[in-house]
Amino acid sequence: MNWDVILPLAFFLILVFLVGIYTSRHIKSGPSFLQDYFLAGRELGGFVLAMTMVATYGSASSFIGGPGAAYQLGLGWVLLAMAQLVTGYFTLAVLGKKFAIVARKINAVTLIDFLKARYESKWVVILSALSIVIFLFSAMAAQWVGGGRLIESFTGLSYTTALFIFSGSVLVYVIAGGFRAVVITDAIQGVVMVIGTVIILAGTIIAGGGIENIMGELRAENPNLITPFGSDQSLTPLYVSSFWILVGVGVVGLPQISVRAMSYRNAKAMHRAMIIGTFVVGFIMLGMHLAGVFGRVILPGIDVPDKVMPLLALEVLPGWLAGIVLAAPLAAVMSTVDSVLLLVSSAIIKDVYINYIKPDAEEQFVKKLSFGITAVVGLSVFAMAIHPPDLLIWLNLFAFGGLEAAFIWPIIMGLYWKRGNANGAIASILVGVGSYMYLHLNYPNLWGMHTVVMPIVLSFFAYIVGSFTKGDRPQTNTF
Amino acid sequence: MKKGTDWRYRVSNKEAIMGTVLAILNFIWWYAFAYGLGGRPVKEYTYILGFPAWFFYSCIVGFVVFTVLVWIMVKFFFKEVPFDTEEPKPKEGGDVR
Repeated sequence: MNWDVILPLAFFLILVFLVGIYTSRHIKSGPSFLQDYFLAGRELGGFVLAMTMVATYGSASSFIGGPGAAYQLGLGWVLLAMAQLVTGYFTLAVLGKKFAIVARKINAVTLIDFLKARYESKWVVILSALSIVIFLFSAMAAQWVGGGRLIESFTGLSYTTALFIFSGSVLVYVIAGGFRAVVITDAIQGVVMVIGTVIILAGTIIAGGGIENIMGELRAENPNLITPFGSDQSLTPLYVSSFWILVGVGVVGLPQISVRAMSYRNAKAMHRAMIIGTFVVGFIMLGMHLAGVFGRVILPGIDVPDKVMPLLALEVLPGWLAGIVLAAPLAAVMSTVDSVLLLVSSAIIKDVYINYIKPDAEEQFVKKLSFGITAVVGLSVFAMAIHPPDLLIWLNLFAFGGLEAAFIWPIIMGLYWKRGNANGAIASILVGVGSYMYLHLNYPNLWGMHTVVMPIVLSFFAYIVGSFTKGDRPQTNTF
Repeated sequence: MKKGTDWRYRVSNKEAIMGTVLAILNFIWWYAFAYGLGGRPVKEYTYILGFPAWFFYSCIVGFVVFTVLVWIMVKFFFKEVPFDTEEPKPKEGGDVR
């Protein structure tokens, strides 16, 4: 074991854990409990809002998988990653103040609360809750496995022990502290992600003898590495551009992101968050993926892309700095799973239980239930992650694109098109998820674009066609 | 029953359009520099601060420019509206409720 590396990692885990526990003391009782537990009382300021959006969105792939791909394909993959810059401002700008105001008027705590009030349809609620629970549960388990594997690879602990340490620290603060603990720890994790990016980028540039030198060596090895088309010329402009949908504007449809657009305190917080978020997401994506490309000059011949970042950090940095850098992917995983865990639990409690099973449940009971369900969901993800079943891994394939295709139009059109109705939303969800799964299995990357593009187009038309059938429009002027 | 829409929604609609336009400009900038300059043969590449020019303009300058544009957009064009007050004062030209 390399204690130089492990100490900063352990320090980071303990810090996050303590901060998470500390914030849980602020949880209020009484009528505002649900608002407080699942939305931190809509009190987020600009910095925390920006950080929680970036950190929830940024996962292990931003720090491990992405830079690994950049290592193999060159600057073309960095170009692709920069499509994510738009997530920094687009979600908040498009959902905008209207979403935040509507959410306040109807007292929405979850995305489904919004859809329920807008479409007044049981089926919209049930389909949405099902998609969220199924897809996000499997996505979360996959991230959980990633978190365990990360700790395993850095420390040499067994996978089960690593998983136990990882889940233990996340679970305790999420259960006890709810959304507030999630976003405050997200802010710390976001800062760690930024610091990690600065260190590894600087370390790699120095070790490679400057950018000019690195570019020269890349060009000598394979000139395609410094073109936008990738080392094997596989990155066509159309394919790369289609990522603007998957990891750019489509992110609006991810419930764990859009729910954050109802959690901020005021207009000023939203304005600040857009500036900070754009800077942070751009900086992390640019820095990490560049480091991956540069790493090729320093450590040539790594076959497993996921090993590029850990090996690079250990090669170019002293142990304790490598520990800080390696805390960044761990932070990214934690900040994603904590948000998703809470979202799944809110879908079960608020959207299903309180809406349909027991609308008049007592406050005290709801409170106990919230802690209880969050714990049960968390523990079952942990159990699943020890030996992930095939079904789960299979479902995870559809999680990201499937959720985007399901929710993007019911949310956006629900906000901006008065004629949109429940039939449209139901059609959009079914067509979005269905066509995504079908195309992904049968015609992946249809017509040279990422699979997500066509389902988003199809679900748009499904929404329009569905809305022209007979159905109720909203009767109030809330929307 | 109240008539008309909340005046704050008009502000929000305008801002949503601005955000979308900015995203489209962002895409055009990114695409034009990447494939306009980067589509040439590698031998003809020029370099800025060590980076190929296409990458420098598309990804690095693009990142800086659009962060600044977001700042300008929210600073000068986005309006602060109250969120909580149920009956906000209609501004001049506001809706009749």
